[in-house]
Amino acid sequence: MYEGVVQDLIDELGRLPGVGPKSAQRIAFHILQADPVDVRRLVDVLREVKERVRFCSVCGNVAEEDQCRICRDGRRDHTVICVVEESKDVVAIEKTREFRGRYHVLGGAISPIEGIGPDNLRIKELMVRLADSDVTEVILATDPNLEGEATATYLARMLKPLGLRVTRLASGLPVGGDLEYADEVTLGRAFEGRRSFDH
Amino acid sequence: MGLYRDEAVVLRTHKLGEADRIVTLLTREHGQVRAVAKGVRRTMSKFGARLEPAMHVDLQLHTGRSLDIITQAETLHSYGDVLSGDYSKWTMANAVLETAERFTALVEEPALQQFLLVVGALRTLAESAYDPAMVLDAFLIRSLAVGGYAPSFDACSRCGAPGPHKWFSLAGGGSVCGECRPPATATPASETLTLLGNLMEGDWESAVASEARHQREAHGIVAAYLSWHLEHGLRSLPLVERT
Ligand SMILES: [Zn+2]
Ligand SMILES: [Zn+2]
Repeated sequence: MYEGVVQDLIDELGRLPGVGPKSAQRIAFHILQADPVDVRRLVDVLREVKERVRFCSVCGNVAEEDQCRICRDGRRDHTVICVVEESKDVVAIEKTREFRGRYHVLGGAISPIEGIGPDNLRIKELMVRLADSDVTEVILATDPNLEGEATATYLARMLKPLGLRVTRLASGLPVGGDLEYADEVTLGRAFEGRRSFDH
Repeated sequence: MGLYRDEAVVLRTHKLGEADRIVTLLTREHGQVRAVAKGVRRTMSKFGARLEPAMHVDLQLHTGRSLDIITQAETLHSYGDVLSGDYSKWTMANAVLETAERFTALVEEPALQQFLLVVGALRTLAESAYDPAMVLDAFLIRSLAVGGYAPSFDACSRCGAPGPHKWFSLAGGGSVCGECRPPATATPASETLTLLGNLMEGDWESAVASEARHQREAHGIVAAYLSWHLEHGLRSLPLVERT
């Protein structure tokens, strides 16, 4: 235990995701020894991000205005929505430049054991959004783990009666790996999602 | 202990740092174990889907200072993969895993019976052998029994007078006779008590012949009994989707 405000800083840092007590201590002492100008910049950006950034009223992505940059962009395809768990997934998909539609950010995955059910995510908002729209396809791009899979299973069941095309991102073998190291689930999915080889 | 090998079911996972996970396991020989799976969140990880919830795996672990480290994992049964493709069953599997976690919270104390119950419940859910909701209830009652809270569905839980009795008391440990009956008692249908007894003993032939209303009543009693004995209720239980 350290005195007063130093310990407060360690405690606050320790509440951040992925920061254990040891890392919290290391970051705290880094801050204590840093140039005041650098620390001021960090403080300013922290304040600014909380004041300026909010969540897009349409898709739930982070936004600096009422709607995010993607929802405001008239050139994006209005007929396709890609459903993801978090804003950082939007960034990852945008980097591929493969997708020209719009997004819907759920805010996580369904996880009954953590007490997170469908009502805790932005699923109702998705259904409202789809109710009167020209969307013809919904791509389910939740994480390729079992919680993401269960969330996609739930969404697919909700979306089926709407008569839309519902697709799931193909999961398969990571590029750059050896086949023999793939686990049974990954290899099984890769077989399911195989595509014709027509060059 | 150094390096050791054990069979396990993955109960729960937590993100750790950039790419690791803390995996809570129920092992066959070492009870509940919390271990680190390094790099498991990278898509190139050698573990792939093997350390996801409800997977039944053969593991090699290395004893660590606070948490053990998983060094190898092989799949025995991909129950989690099957169950995540059926939302309703997935919610039930979550309740199974959370219950097992709570009943084996004393880390590394062997819990073979609880382990066998979990594997059995996941297998039965995955194979769709019986009505999933009844599979869950049977698992919950038997977990209570293994945990030392076996309710009585026949003889009086206080004086042992042979049943069946009309009254059922959560605090009193199940069926109670007219003499022993404490103030707050329920009066479930006798068919419901018979069903609960069948589920506890694994008499599926009789259990599947029961009526839906008695199954519903039985579920209510199991859920109430469980939350009576666990300090705080299960998070997953209210989210279970009974079809
Ligand atoms: Zn938006
Ligand atoms: Zn009695």
